[in-house]
Amino acid sequence: MERVTGRLIQMYDSIVNFLRKCIFYVLSVGPIPNHIAFIMDGNRRYTKRWNLMQGAGHKVGYSALMSMLKYCYELGVRYVTIYAFSIDNFKRTPEEVQSLMDLMLDKIEELLKDESIVNRYGIRVYFSGNLKLLNEPVRLAAERAMLATAKNSKAVLSICVAYTSTNEILHAVQESCEEKWDEITLLNSSGGYEPDENVNLIELTDIENHMYMAFAPDPDIIIRTSGETRLSNFLLWQSANSYLYSPSVLWPEIGFRQFLWVILNFQRIRVYLDKKRKQL
Amino acid sequence: MKSLTPPLLRCLCLNRSMDFIRPKRMLYFWIDKIRNVLLRLSWHLVHSIINLCYFTTGMVHALESHLISRGLLRKYKSLHISKIRYLAIVIESEDACRTSNVIELLQWLAALGIKHVSLYDNEGLLKKSKDIILEKFDGAVLFQDTHENNVLLDQPRMTLEFVSFYDGKEAVARAANVLLMKYIKSGGIGSNQGEQIFTESQMSEALKTVGSGGPEPDLLLIYGPARCHLGFPAWRMRYTEIQHMGPLTCMTYGSLIKAIYRFTTVRQNYGK
Repeated sequence: MERVTGRLIQMYDSIVNFLRKCIFYVLSVGPIPNHIAFIMDGNRRYTKRWNLMQGAGHKVGYSALMSMLKYCYELGVRYVTIYAFSIDNFKRTPEEVQSLMDLMLDKIEELLKDESIVNRYGIRVYFSGNLKLLNEPVRLAAERAMLATAKNSKAVLSICVAYTSTNEILHAVQESCEEKWDEITLLNSSGGYEPDENVNLIELTDIENHMYMAFAPDPDIIIRTSGETRLSNFLLWQSANSYLYSPSVLWPEIGFRQFLWVILNFQRIRVYLDKKRKQL
Repeated sequence: MKSLTPPLLRCLCLNRSMDFIRPKRMLYFWIDKIRNVLLRLSWHLVHSIINLCYFTTGMVHALESHLISRGLLRKYKSLHISKIRYLAIVIESEDACRTSNVIELLQWLAALGIKHVSLYDNEGLLKKSKDIILEKFDGAVLFQDTHENNVLLDQPRMTLEFVSFYDGKEAVARAANVLLMKYIKSGGIGSNQGEQIFTESQMSEALKTVGSGGPEPDLLLIYGPARCHLGFPAWRMRYTEIQHMGPLTCMTYGSLIKAIYRFTTVRQNYGK
């Protein structure tokens, strides 16, 4: 009986996968986004709504994340960025922060296993953010994951932890200043050099090169679940031309339906914008 | 009869096999063509259905907006307008030259009691038309960077700020140079030691110094074809609610009220 049920489930999965591939085949006639970013909002609300134990919403949210990553990489989206943990989230209770850190550590270890999604799709993993703010086990695991996947080149997964846009901009400005300071020190040592206050030594490109997210192109789509319409300090610098989508579902409830809808909307807008650009 | 030489034999065999391959290739070619046509048709069909759905919901929204403008929907009659201290409007540069629409929008906002409005378009066309706008819309004063944010709300008239890409990424680069000069003067303390040299408030001060230090809007309304903020200064958008209003040419008073009402029902945790 169990074998029959197992077989039926396998058959059902195969049919669903086949149908999904057909839908993606049709979608690929139009423009496909190169980079999608997710703000995974609504895990705690999900826990409350379904009267689950604390932290259960985040675990279900992780499965939802794996599904969304699968859809993205199957469709041909090369870069995916997720907002896993904001610097503002450190304001939560120490117990909650610790449980999130433990979950992150657990999931990073899982990502490095052979049968994980990372190896299946040849994904290179980046951890973007001020990693010094993380506790040592998580920071070391993150560094190990980045090293282990450095050779993968088919797709990129960027996990923003201990991240805020303002911190990223400040960090990029700081790095630019240190770089210019080193250049000035070098020039000074070889012959007196006085920097002119009226000359801008730091260019916009210097700052952009020092951003945590400099390895990826700007996102085409930013999805924030739970119907919230703000970016909460996420990719503010990179999102000038990103299509912002805020479905009302909570993150653990997000599925193929919402993914399909956002791609169709993106294609609709991109086709319209491309047409307008050709007219100009 | 002469026997067939090997090259001739090879040529004959090749011709025979090509006779067999050519129809096969033609068949695959046509299958491929038909498949592409069917795919394109399916894609266009799906998008036509979506456009139809948007057309229908557009009609519904237009009706709702009309009812709100007439004050017929009770829900929108009383707005807690005081919740919006600073409002930003993002307009697509193509529509930024429609000053009459912009002025009408400002008049609606002034009537609602909004105290500070930042008008943004990426290319700075609104900035170029600021004299015309201020002349025709006499309910506002121009925002000066020297104003303290809390003073803005005490002004009797609306404060109007004109913002463009110059105040976004380019302003951050200029502010970085201000911080660099301070850093050089301090002798490069903390360099390459992994310490934090600057704080966010120092960055905010530097942005103010270079003339791009306006307040952080509570609500940002986008008048354009898509929900994209088009490069509004990143430093000022951390917790700003962003709503899409449709093209500027289709703006209605009712949709403005609905957007403001929606904002007043939002509750933020700020990460907690």
